[in-house]
Amino acid sequence: MLKIEGLTVHYGVIPAIKDLNIEVPQGKVVCLIGTNGSGKTTTLKGVSGIVKAKAGRILFEGKDLTKVDPHQIVHMGISQVPEGRGVFPDLTVLENLQLGAFIRKDKKAIKSDLEEIFSLFPRLEERKNQLSGTLSGGEQQMLAMGRALMARPKLLLLDEPSMGLAPIIVQEIFKIVRRINEEGTTVMLVEQNAKMALSVAHYGYVLETGEIVAQGTVNELKNDDMIRKIYLGIH
Amino acid sequence: MKRIKIWAIPAAILLLMLPFVVQMFDNADFLLRIAVMIGIYIILTLSLNIIVGYAGQFALGHAAFYGIGAYTAALLMVNYDVSFWLALPAAAIVTGFFGFLLGTPVMRLKGDYLGIVTLGFGEIVRLIFVNWIDLTNGPMGIPGIPAPSLGSYTLGSNMDFYYLVLVVTVISVLIIRRIVQSGFGLNLLTVREDEIAAESIGIRPMKYKLLAFTIGALFAGVAGALFAVTAMFVSPDSFQYVESVNILAMVVLGGTASIPGSILGATILTVAPEALRFISDYRLILLGLIIVLMMVYKPSGFWGESKRKRNFFGMTGR
Repeated sequence: MLKIEGLTVHYGVIPAIKDLNIEVPQGKVVCLIGTNGSGKTTTLKGVSGIVKAKAGRILFEGKDLTKVDPHQIVHMGISQVPEGRGVFPDLTVLENLQLGAFIRKDKKAIKSDLEEIFSLFPRLEERKNQLSGTLSGGEQQMLAMGRALMARPKLLLLDEPSMGLAPIIVQEIFKIVRRINEEGTTVMLVEQNAKMALSVAHYGYVLETGEIVAQGTVNELKNDDMIRKIYLGIH
Repeated sequence: MKRIKIWAIPAAILLLMLPFVVQMFDNADFLLRIAVMIGIYIILTLSLNIIVGYAGQFALGHAAFYGIGAYTAALLMVNYDVSFWLALPAAAIVTGFFGFLLGTPVMRLKGDYLGIVTLGFGEIVRLIFVNWIDLTNGPMGIPGIPAPSLGSYTLGSNMDFYYLVLVVTVISVLIIRRIVQSGFGLNLLTVREDEIAAESIGIRPMKYKLLAFTIGALFAGVAGALFAVTAMFVSPDSFQYVESVNILAMVVLGGTASIPGSILGATILTVAPEALRFISDYRLILLGLIIVLMMVYKPSGFWGESKRKRNFFGMTGR
């Protein structure tokens, strides 16, 4: 579905990612794991068009995304949940969710999707008239995910959904990620929390300073000595 | 679907009767003149509120749009004998076009930088008014702007002006309200809140910022045309930098992204300098003090956004 070929992104003169090759097959969860500054978020921003590629191609259903504006990429069926959640704090939960359907015109389906989001995240329904800035971190993460899903994306990009959240909320979030995937949405997941990421993903890539150092199915990665030591803390 | 609020009827009667009530005072013309200026400032404040309050773009050159509207109407009416009823929409369109022109390059800027560039734009426009003597008659201004006529009746008295401004203001308020309470207004708010998040749901911030500038300028043009025809004279003095700051103060003091706030802010800041005239030179100091105190104790303004009607699309049971 998504194929990244030789992607290179520079911030000024400094390369953030170098010659990256990643494939996201339809219906799967693919995770990128790695430490701070390894280029995970940059890769995701490259896909959503927020940063521009210096070299390489990003093919989504055969079309190259590297020259497409971010808002048009959303129209093509890719939604990103930005790092740090990025809800609109002075708007209500309901408004945030409805804005997620900005690119759609099918009012009836939007309404039923809204019900679906509320069944996925019952907490959001309880708080639908509340300003989103007053939600807890976990609820904001749920809201950001719900908002992205309202666009009915084919591919959902998740940037560090566990960031700054209590372990119990992280587990809840990842359960929902699995459910979203089971309902047919392809997910590309960026995480520092390697253990959680590998628990939901089918396939994983490990990044270090902008390059892929390991890749494989989740089972291969879990049994890799280097990954066990460095990312999972098992000796 | 739309219900008329109970308070709207007495308010409407009050506004319609006001000129007659005012006749009981010795200085009726002066009071009517203030009422006219309140109407003009309400339009200006609302139009700037679209740019500053809803789209979150800190613009400091609103007097320029006001001036362009006033000069366009004045020149059309004086030089080309265009009727006011044509000059008004023409002024709005020309000013809206200038808003679009200014918006195109500056929407890439944010915060202070945007403030400085729009401030510069305001000064450029004022200097053009002063120095392009062939067109604008320079600092002497354009006198003798004819009164608008309605059929055979000429709207020439302050009372006529009052009703003219009242009608145009009410229509402007209703249109602006319709604009900002639609999905468009909500999209503007997302641009103000977080441009990247807005892009992540498919909204193009550039487009919305540009539209905000265009619509804001357009209504400032309407206010300018009203000013030209009610003052019967325009000169560069009326469109100085201070005026931009004044309008911005009305927006901020009234409450950003709030329509009642803008109306309140424009009314209070138009009336206050006049009401404080008895302490002569100290009135501006007092006014400044009031603004400082407001910012300290009630930064959301007289009628801030906290009272914004929740949930634009009305899908809740509220």
